Amino acid sequence: MSSNVAAFNINHYQFLDPSGQLIGANHPAIARDFDRLTEFYELMTLTRTFDKKAIALQRTGKLGTYASCLGHEAAQVAIGATMREEDCFAPMYREYGAQLYRGVKMSEILAYWGGDERGNDFSGPKHDFAWCVPIATQCLHAAGAAMAFKLRNEQRAAVSVVGDGGSSKGDFLEAINAASAWKLPLVLIIMNNQWAISVPRSKQNSAQTLAQKGIAGGLPSIQVDGNDLIACHWAMEKALERARSGQGASVIEMVTYRLSDHTTADDARRYRDNEEVDKAWEREPLKRLRAWLEASDAWNEDKQQALEADCVNRVNEAVEEYLALGYPGNEGMFDYMFAQLPHDLQAQREQALRELPAQPEGHH
Amino acid sequence: MANLTLVEAVTQALAWELEHDDSVVVLGEDVGINGGVFRATNGLQQRFGDQRVIDTPLAEVMIAGMSIGMAAQGMKPVAEAQFMGFIYPMLDHMICHAARMRHRTRGRLHCPMVLRAPFGGGIHAPEHHSESTEALFAHIPGLRVVIPSSPLRAYGLLLAAIRDPDPVVFLEPKRIYRQYKEEVPDDGEELPLDVCYVLRDGTDITLVTWGAMVKETLQAAEQLAAQGVSAEVIDVATIKPLDTETIIESVAKTGRCVIVHEAARTGGMGAEIAAQLADAGLWHLHAPVKRVTGYDSVMPLYKMEMQYMPSVQRILNAVSEVLEVS
Repeated sequence: MSSNVAAFNINHYQFLDPSGQLIGANHPAIARDFDRLTEFYELMTLTRTFDKKAIALQRTGKLGTYASCLGHEAAQVAIGATMREEDCFAPMYREYGAQLYRGVKMSEILAYWGGDERGNDFSGPKHDFAWCVPIATQCLHAAGAAMAFKLRNEQRAAVSVVGDGGSSKGDFLEAINAASAWKLPLVLIIMNNQWAISVPRSKQNSAQTLAQKGIAGGLPSIQVDGNDLIACHWAMEKALERARSGQGASVIEMVTYRLSDHTTADDARRYRDNEEVDKAWEREPLKRLRAWLEASDAWNEDKQQALEADCVNRVNEAVEEYLALGYPGNEGMFDYMFAQLPHDLQAQREQALRELPAQPEGHH
Repeated sequence: MANLTLVEAVTQALAWELEHDDSVVVLGEDVGINGGVFRATNGLQQRFGDQRVIDTPLAEVMIAGMSIGMAAQGMKPVAEAQFMGFIYPMLDHMICHAARMRHRTRGRLHCPMVLRAPFGGGIHAPEHHSESTEALFAHIPGLRVVIPSSPLRAYGLLLAAIRDPDPVVFLEPKRIYRQYKEEVPDDGEELPLDVCYVLRDGTDITLVTWGAMVKETLQAAEQLAAQGVSAEVIDVATIKPLDTETIIESVAKTGRCVIVHEAARTGGMGAEIAAQLADAGLWHLHAPVKRVTGYDSVMPLYKMEMQYMPSVQRILNAVSEVLEVS
């Protein structure tokens, strides 16, 4: 004899379809809050303008390897817009839209990818984690932050983002497990952009969704259209409210598409068809939000042109600021290693400052 | 004043900090009601509650990663790896995050955590329970590595490790967890995290060691004394940063040095100490520096483990080789 002891389902949510039509019933209030939607659209546009410029800087030798966020703008801005200042963000390495909303400066993002640790001492919330390159480790840092908030009875949530590739890592699964065991105020977002460098989503595993990994840990888990700002915003608000009110963690799979190469060091033409990318462009997030705003008389071509000009200006200013940052100074290799520099490192510091040129050759 | 074993001194230090600093939490597998598999956290959960002494799911990566997250947000987690053999999944987090958080954020965030683990052989434990791989951590910029070898030093060094604003790997030599008791005043007094301890003064040779090997090294020194050889014994205690000054000062006096450690030889901390001596103490030396260490072979299962680890006799052999050089 057997009986069903557990069952699950994963719902997919979409409110704004690729053509910019509001679909279904019971739309969240944000769908008609045009002031805020306009604000989000403007930041999404700024994010994309910045991204394009960063790639151009890399191509002209003014920036190191850079990870583009092209196509992720709606999801990222929704994350940034729904979090509060006191919440804690543990990003991976391309969540610029969320970080710009939280006050990180474009010049700081450029500084980091431009090989300068000072970019990590950013203007966003001081408690936010820095960019996280090793894949999925940030999920556990967010879980630890959530644990700290819970132990101190603070009404704060931690939010982390992992990719479809990162969702295969133990760190992500251990974060789900921990969040479940301790009912942590945590939101784990799987930014499913279909590609982990050259490995497609279908090769990560054969489950119908990535969201259902959260179900295994007992967390409410949903999938949303990650190119639909309204759906992402709605899902984040719900998950954050749940976290802050002590009900525990959630998993949100945001289904989007990496329209760019993995980084500027990658060439996606080696492993994916242009046809697939062209199709993905039809679903991209800015176009549909603009269409919805225009259909609602909240946006027009004049505003668009003014916005684009403004974004270019702001990005150019950020680039100037970045290029003017200068060399950090050799002591920067040592001075932040420990609160108090141990004697052996002190000796190495003295030697380095004595024998190294003040700047590496060719620095400009 | 309590008469304590080394492991009891660990418990006493944890209790002191839990009592005096609300941001301190102890976490790990079985550290709660069970008091840890070696009883290092004995009674702490009963005394401080399960919000301060936290049993975790069985997931080492999670313990390390969450400790880093908590530390970055103002807490002082003291995490336990149940055995050093289970610490390796944590390396990613310790190396890629704990060790570099302060540096890579220009001090915006830092990571005041302690990772404790019992280590070393000699207790007839199963496979993976007996290795000494302290050099792995000592190699990583941004970590401190501390190994106490007495109840008093376990207490004072652990207090300092918890209070230190940067990550500390605190390795406890489990073979001498209960070797002897000594008076350990529960006064909250910490010890510095960057000095060696001269355990025995001598003039003919310097024996440098740490952890459980302090026991055999002191026994060797005792036997040498009976033969008229005066051996100075140094307990390194803080593997990183290394107090080379104390070691070189001693060698300046004795002119001879033997380094004793349980860990495998190649790339072990003995190599670093020998290199420091070659660099800054060469003209004091009357003889080559010798190392008595574990072999560069896999730590054997327990039938053979005592053969693997440096014995008093092997230390004496090395000493007589070094003394023969005139």
